[in-house]
Amino acid sequence: MTAQATDIATYNFAYLDEQTKRMIRRAILKGIAIPGYQVPFASREMPMPYGWGTGGVQVTASIIGPDDVLKVIDQGADDTTNAVSIRAFFKKVANVAVTTETAKATIIQTRHRIPEYPLTTGQVLVYQVPIPEPLRFLEPRETETRKMHALEEYGLMHVKLYEDIARHGRIATTYAYPVKVEGRYVMDPSPTPKFDNPKMHRSPALQLFGAGREKRIYALPPFTDVVSLDFEDHPFEVQTFDQPCALCAAENVYLDEVILDDHGGHMFVCSDTDHCEKRRAEGHRGHLAPETMEPAQ
Amino acid sequence: MYVAVKGGEAAIANAHALLADRRRGDRSVPALRLDQIVEQLALGVDRVMSEGSLYDRELAALAIVQARGDMIEAIFLVRAYRTTLPRFGYTKAIDTGAMLVERRVSATYKDLPGGQLLGPTFDYTHRLLDPELAAGGDVAEPLQRASEAEAMQRVSAILAREGLIEPDGDMPQDHVPGDITREPLEFPMARDIRLQALSRGDEGFLLALGYSTQRGYARNHPFVGEVRIGEVELELDVPELPFAVPLGSVRVTECQMVNQFKGSAKAPPQFTRGYGLVFGQSERKAMAMALCDRALRASEFGEDVVAAAQDEEFVISHSDNVQATGFVEHLKLPHYVDFQAELDLVRRMRAEHDARENAGKAEEKREAAE
Repeated sequence: MTAQATDIATYNFAYLDEQTKRMIRRAILKGIAIPGYQVPFASREMPMPYGWGTGGVQVTASIIGPDDVLKVIDQGADDTTNAVSIRAFFKKVANVAVTTETAKATIIQTRHRIPEYPLTTGQVLVYQVPIPEPLRFLEPRETETRKMHALEEYGLMHVKLYEDIARHGRIATTYAYPVKVEGRYVMDPSPTPKFDNPKMHRSPALQLFGAGREKRIYALPPFTDVVSLDFEDHPFEVQTFDQPCALCAAENVYLDEVILDDHGGHMFVCSDTDHCEKRRAEGHRGHLAPETMEPAQ
Repeated sequence: MYVAVKGGEAAIANAHALLADRRRGDRSVPALRLDQIVEQLALGVDRVMSEGSLYDRELAALAIVQARGDMIEAIFLVRAYRTTLPRFGYTKAIDTGAMLVERRVSATYKDLPGGQLLGPTFDYTHRLLDPELAAGGDVAEPLQRASEAEAMQRVSAILAREGLIEPDGDMPQDHVPGDITREPLEFPMARDIRLQALSRGDEGFLLALGYSTQRGYARNHPFVGEVRIGEVELELDVPELPFAVPLGSVRVTECQMVNQFKGSAKAPPQFTRGYGLVFGQSERKAMAMALCDRALRASEFGEDVVAAAQDEEFVISHSDNVQATGFVEHLKLPHYVDFQAELDLVRRMRAEHDARENAGKAEEKREAAE
């Protein structure tokens, strides 16, 4: 063959070929039918590296249609480089409308956060998952963990949480905090901070989880029971912040710490950039917010 | 004043432009042509074809130059292209016994039918840097002889005649070979699937594991029954035609390792096999693969699984360098949401720790004062 520039490779709508999409959709449907169960699927190599969200990208590519409106966030923000890159990828290969507004999106692909703005019926939240197996750090063998799930043998996880309490006085898991789905499967919520766990519980949105490298898909259909594991005398609790967002004064949201100078100065701002911008547009001002809004970019 | 970070899109575009510039380097130096890479960096091209699982020298050369010589990046480029290609069928199993051999050596027999053929090997070169190469001097034509009409028998076949080596696989007749590029991996896996994964596995990883078996971590007394390199024909069954259609040939390296085995309750004492097969010319990879294959068959022979190289999940789950590099390198993506959660926890635990310390000190002071 000759590598002529005129031989321009053409790609199918949303990159993946239709057969692959069908295969992934079948895995998604199986996942929806058995909430919290990890369905093996024949994950493909994608044009971005493993670890960059290839599982989420494959799920999104399989469910997206020309009328969809896509939002992509990484760490809660629309403007982190990888979110920008994935959004640009779908703009290019699927020519879909994109947005940063949570309420306007039909599909939201996310890494490590659930938007603060409550999701509604008809929306799909697609999680990028690095290690889908919640028991992996307790038992590295897939042959063993599959057996444990099949037998609903989750004692090891409870022992781990108990040992945390014995050693540290509290459960020392702050993100990827394990949940139980519909009273059956223990599931890894992906490395979202445990702050977001309650948002998964009975969410009206469909939640899909894609792990490309590990070749697993799992799902939470709308209004599924998602309960964070805990003990009666050590109930599950989410992170709280001592101060509101420095830009929009929001409380009860997840905040990022931003270092301001080299003398230890720092501020806390919303991790969800869309939520923060919206609040500021509505006139909310934090103690470090500029007097006037900078022009929207 | 803090301003939220914006402009990711422009930053990415600028980074790509800089990458393109650095890839090209000094414009006064002629750009590499793909045929130069195919001809003169052939073993690098072979590695990209083998671990990229796509037999196309020109695409592999393109990937190498696009990746600035980073082999794993080049392998990744080839894989990401390969996965988009439609399948129109599976060839028949290649017959390495019918190989047009360029190199073939056996460590188990001094001489054997077909002889020992050194071929284009580094083996007996003295590793002295050759300044003449830098000057680009002429290279003499090598001696060549006409290929033998008869196929060169494989060493394993010689041993098999005496019944001293286990049969070559015992897959049931109706076994359909798996395809790791189309089906998710599941453990435990059949040997055909395992060999596929090993063949595209990272050369360095398999080399280290193979080496570890020689140093006593699951030692299996290997002998190189044979290593052969050469061209084999590919044939495809086409439904409309009563015969298999030849598609062309590929160059492969095959290693048949012969391993000692004292016998078990199930099997008589006999030699066992470790098998390695890779695209192109790579003895190192084929031999390392054969060592790993034999180690991974431990449970088949009732051997204790005591070392990393015998552990199927450990070896196969970590042998793919595209997956490995992705997951290791993804750590540089932002993780500040999770880090914030950890920071919060460590601060709280630290405050409690300090409070306890201070309370203890105050207590000591009070006791001392009393």
